[in-house]
Amino acid sequence: MRRFLRSGHDPARERLKRDLFQFNKTVEHGFPHQPSALGYSLSLRILAIGTRSGAVKLYGAPGVEFMGLHRENNAVVQIHFLPGQCQLVTLLDDNSLHLWSLKVKGGVSELQEDESFTLRGPPGAAPSATQITVVLPHSSRELLYLGTESGNVFVVQLPAFRTLEDRTISSDAVLQRLPEEARHRRVFEMVEALQEHPRDPSQVLIGYSRGLIVVWDLHGCRVLCHFLSSQQLENVCWQRDGHLIVSCHSDGSYGQWPVSSDSHPAEPLRNCVPYGPFPCKAITKISWLTTKQGLPFTIFQGGMPRASYGDRHCISVVHDGQQTAFDFTSRVIDFTVLTEADPAAAFDDPYALVVLAEEELVVIDLRTAGWPPVQPPYLASLHCSAITCSHHVSNIPLKLWERLVTAGSQQHTHFSTMEWPIDGGTSLAPAPPQRDLLLTGHEDGTVRFWDASGVCLRLLYKLSTVRVFLTDTDPSDNLNAQGEDEWPPLRKVGSFDPYSDDPRLGIQKIFLCKYSGYLAVAGTAGQVLVLELNDEEAEHAVEQVEADLLQDQEGYRWKGHERLCARPGPVHFEPGFQPFVLVQCQPPAVVTSLALHSEWRLVAFGTSHGFGLFDHQQRQQVFVKCTLHPSDQLALEGPLSRVKSLKKSLRQSFRRIRRSRVSSRKRRPAGPPGEVQEGGARAERTGLQNMELAPVQRKIEARSAEDSFTGFVRTLYFADTYLRDSSRHCPSLWAGTNGGTVYAFALRVPPAERRMDEPVRAEQAKEIQLMHRAPVVGILVLDGHSVPLPEPLEVAHDLSKSPDMQGSHQLLVVSEEQFKVFTLPKVSAKLKLKLTALEGSRVRRVSVAHFSSCRAEDYGEHHLAVLTNLGDVQVVSLPLLKPQVRYSCIRREDVSGIASCVFTKYGQGFYLISPSEFERFSLSTKWLVEPRCLVDLTKSHSRPRNGSGPEKALGRARNSGSQSDGEERRPGPVMEHALLNDERVLKEIQSTLEGDRGGVSRS
Amino acid sequence: MNRSHRHGAGSGCLGTMEVKSKFGAEFRRFSLERSKPGKFEEFYGLLQHVHKIPNVDVLVGYADIHGDLLPINNDDNYHKAVSTANPLLRIFIQKKEEADYSAFGTDTLIKKKNVLTNVLRPDNHRKKPHIVISMPQDFRPVSSIIDVDILPETHRRVRLYKYGTEKPLGFYIRDGSSVRVTPHGLEKVPGIFISRLVPGGLAQSTGLLAVNDEVLEVNGIEVSGKSLDQVTDMMIANSRNLIITVRPANQRNNVVRNSRTSGSSGQSTDNSLLGYPQQVEPSFEPEDEDSDEDDIIIEDNGVPQQIPKAVPNTESLESLTQIELSFESGQNGFIPSNEVSLAPVASGTNTETHAPDQKLLEEDGTIITL
Repeated sequence: MRRFLRSGHDPARERLKRDLFQFNKTVEHGFPHQPSALGYSLSLRILAIGTRSGAVKLYGAPGVEFMGLHRENNAVVQIHFLPGQCQLVTLLDDNSLHLWSLKVKGGVSELQEDESFTLRGPPGAAPSATQITVVLPHSSRELLYLGTESGNVFVVQLPAFRTLEDRTISSDAVLQRLPEEARHRRVFEMVEALQEHPRDPSQVLIGYSRGLIVVWDLHGCRVLCHFLSSQQLENVCWQRDGHLIVSCHSDGSYGQWPVSSDSHPAEPLRNCVPYGPFPCKAITKISWLTTKQGLPFTIFQGGMPRASYGDRHCISVVHDGQQTAFDFTSRVIDFTVLTEADPAAAFDDPYALVVLAEEELVVIDLRTAGWPPVQPPYLASLHCSAITCSHHVSNIPLKLWERLVTAGSQQHTHFSTMEWPIDGGTSLAPAPPQRDLLLTGHEDGTVRFWDASGVCLRLLYKLSTVRVFLTDTDPSDNLNAQGEDEWPPLRKVGSFDPYSDDPRLGIQKIFLCKYSGYLAVAGTAGQVLVLELNDEEAEHAVEQVEADLLQDQEGYRWKGHERLCARPGPVHFEPGFQPFVLVQCQPPAVVTSLALHSEWRLVAFGTSHGFGLFDHQQRQQVFVKCTLHPSDQLALEGPLSRVKSLKKSLRQSFRRIRRSRVSSRKRRPAGPPGEVQEGGARAERTGLQNMELAPVQRKIEARSAEDSFTGFVRTLYFADTYLRDSSRHCPSLWAGTNGGTVYAFALRVPPAERRMDEPVRAEQAKEIQLMHRAPVVGILVLDGHSVPLPEPLEVAHDLSKSPDMQGSHQLLVVSEEQFKVFTLPKVSAKLKLKLTALEGSRVRRVSVAHFSSCRAEDYGEHHLAVLTNLGDVQVVSLPLLKPQVRYSCIRREDVSGIASCVFTKYGQGFYLISPSEFERFSLSTKWLVEPRCLVDLTKSHSRPRNGSGPEKALGRARNSGSQSDGEERRPGPVMEHALLNDERVLKEIQSTLEGDRGGVSRS
Repeated sequence: MNRSHRHGAGSGCLGTMEVKSKFGAEFRRFSLERSKPGKFEEFYGLLQHVHKIPNVDVLVGYADIHGDLLPINNDDNYHKAVSTANPLLRIFIQKKEEADYSAFGTDTLIKKKNVLTNVLRPDNHRKKPHIVISMPQDFRPVSSIIDVDILPETHRRVRLYKYGTEKPLGFYIRDGSSVRVTPHGLEKVPGIFISRLVPGGLAQSTGLLAVNDEVLEVNGIEVSGKSLDQVTDMMIANSRNLIITVRPANQRNNVVRNSRTSGSSGQSTDNSLLGYPQQVEPSFEPEDEDSDEDDIIIEDNGVPQQIPKAVPNTESLESLTQIELSFESGQNGFIPSNEVSLAPVASGTNTETHAPDQKLLEEDGTIITL
């Protein structure tokens, strides 16, 4: 219809929009989901991690990050850096090889794929003939030796991947050159290991799976020596001087073999089963590292006694009579030992052990006694316990920051003092302009405080709320407590612990006041804790209050979980945030909204039954309001009875996705980044069509007052505004429900000097029922200049202009379907934007953000940043509610990603792309946190151990999403299938998520 | 009859019920015993008495909970009106000879301007005589075919009038594919189709929608390129005033475009549909009226009211004429009382809100005199 068309664009506004808004996906924080390969360059001092979805991520010094994505959606199986070069080769599980390099482009450079190659055998050969099992980049920098399942070793020339057929080392050729007695059973077995001689580039060691190891002379094409083991071979390594090789086997043993040039089969110098005598699991990888002191380090993976410890994921370090089996909580993918980089050095002198486990990266300091772990500055396991909510606070005052860092440093005493050993490259990114905190709430009742100012998301401080409650497991009986002479000498390392003692402890809402240091957290069992930052440890009792949200509702039966039992008496708290008040909602339903006003010392909380206001200064309840609709049977009977609670189904969908995400191409944006293109959606649907899915029906039914969960409190908001008359403003509390109702309460807060003497009073002043009855997701009051009211204490700290209290205030109510502006104090409708009626999308997240211009230094505007259920991010202007820009950000099927999104105050945002990774994006032209870094071989090797040539390489971070790098991120056809396979599951998740609305149901 | 049952439903509230009756520009307030409402004739007499119009034939209407103006002309709908009034029963009285039947029905009170202009100045609408099928004042419109003159004959634009919350729209949609003629020849494109009609539901009762009809537009917005979920959400968001354009699966019952038909609508030639209570509303235009302007505010006095629309500072010409009209109507035989007759223009029907409105109107007054 004509009326929806805007009459012409204002060119000045369009220009200004370009100065204000821009969409970029800037950096991925956290630990890569489902890592599958590890690589390390001793010369570059850069670590590479490959994932099952085909991503390659490179990490150097903090801030130095690169990311690349294979076009194919295949798992990365191996990563090898080419010696002394800024290049690496990856092997995917489809048997293709890819050459990547860090190339300079316009002063900064990018990680890009140069070539790809698939090894082809002669026509008619079995596919296994060319199935690559090991890759050896030769130190000549030109050749790649490829061991295969057939036992042949192929040679290809780099960088073009030209196969040198005449140089193939076939298993037959090796067999012929073996003495007679070694020949009989060694045919057609796969190559398990390929190692270049550390001193002589013309010799390579080839290990075959049935136990034969040969040293092959590349020039003379002959076997220099061979070793026969009675056990299946797993891996081999050279001693640094080339006089000794160490092999490890499938029975959990390892053997040392002296290398001599006589062709007699050598006998092992020593053969031992470290965790024998009972049957052991295989040792899959071993490192034998010499030191100046003389005694070598033996580091091996696996080998645990099969019966009692076969399920452990261990890496053992043996040195100088000490032995420790580091016990990881998730499967070990690979490990590498950081040693002397100069190939000419006499000793390895290992200084750190880097272990890539499935859920975390652990670095162990091998120089400090006791081998303590090193705290990683990046690659943090965000999902140590599943993330249940997140909260972002911008621009933290220095004082609070320092106190947090101090509190956190006391929790990190078990870490080594060693500097982060992986320090290749230099970060060129400017220092972060402000200190930002990202708080994540977890299923186990902890809140983690992350430094989100820059590229590296670093853990500052961890708060646990568990101590306040009595739980089944007493923290004192520690599983780690083991006797001195325990064998094997297991030691738990890492922080990944997905098991929660009690799901009721889960954190659901967080609210931090950055000026006062007050924090409110609320959880699954209706618990609301108010905490205060204290630099000293303390022991005190937590005041408990019960808030009965049902009041006079009759006939109520709560079938859900019990409320948590608080620990009686004084509790000891470590320095940091210490709780002093515990409010427990009755019934103990999930807390669905939370607001804290530190100036008035009030905390408001809401559940699916109602909301309440608590005065934490006087420590008493001000009022509670029941929002239940009398006909809302589902809420009355408790959400866990027949219908899943929103949060629970969310969590389940997280889990389901965690399992089913394997093949989904999460990193590829829904379409090309930038303005939304209609064609994308159409193409996707055509794709769906081809799959011949059974048609899904949707029922068309208006929302009615009888929908379930109408009383569910979605949002709470404090404002000092003109609620009752236009002459006097007063504190007020606003609450919005799932049924489209807004309640406003006028508050009377006694002045500071009588704050403890007079009670806080509240009186309901207004109730607005939106006729479209969509859930209210945001409430905001705009001052006389149409600027959002500042946060509490912001004005007192001179960080914001005081709001204009002269002009008339306006109320903005954002429901899932519409944005509406009303006048205050007399509520009359002024403006609206009907989002759903026009485009069929619904608001999932909304937040006020300040957008600064990239041209004019001091120019900025306040607008609404909006995320819809289609995964689009939009900017809607204030106060006129005009849509400004719209970009597609998250795949619409990625329900957990959309649910996890948080916006910052300055137009950035975070969402989970996997259970363990946040993607950071920016809508602002000015606030962009993205890695910009330089990898310079000569500079980064000021340390003596660098021996490589003077090549230089500039590194630039991963391609930031916006730069329409279409060729890099083109979604392949494979990915479409992956998506489609998950379609049913995702639809199911979607429907459980939307079950509370009842408006749309599958038939 | 089930009169006592209805009383049971209503008697949960207080014993007495407030009645606010409006005739022309005048209001009368009185109360009734909720449990004993009496007969319609008695009530009719009472109204004539309180308004001092003993010998005038009038039509009595009331505003139901959805804001629709419904008639009271027998005991049944009188009792219905009494039992559903919550807490106030708003009565509208029109002289029979001036009465405008189109004022009754869905959304009539939401279109305040229409009600007012209709009630206050009925001859304004007389220019378009109605096709009176049956007693229209006794029915609500449930659906209409609109925009016949601007649509291709193969398409049909249907407006569904949903009233209340008790009845769903009553249909289901699904994904499907249809064949389109494109510059590249015939092409299969994804589309949205009606998959099922709920028996007895609104959609089925209209007879204008059928299974396998392709949905082309929802309230003027094309659905191509939108997902099933998006279209569902659009329909639900527009459910109070849903206009869907379909390409009927059965093309034999299409509206025959008649060269004489110059209006914006036509008549259905579908004989099979005659049995349904469909009504062709000739005067409908999908104009800018807003179906969900009627958010409700409860101030601290506890009385629910509709939220008025804030009068914009730059007064549009349209609303000017409205105000002007109501002034004129004031001269049209009634005692002109600005307060009473104008407040509803800006604020629904409740006089509690007039203090701020008064101010606005004074500002407007200068413009009006131009």
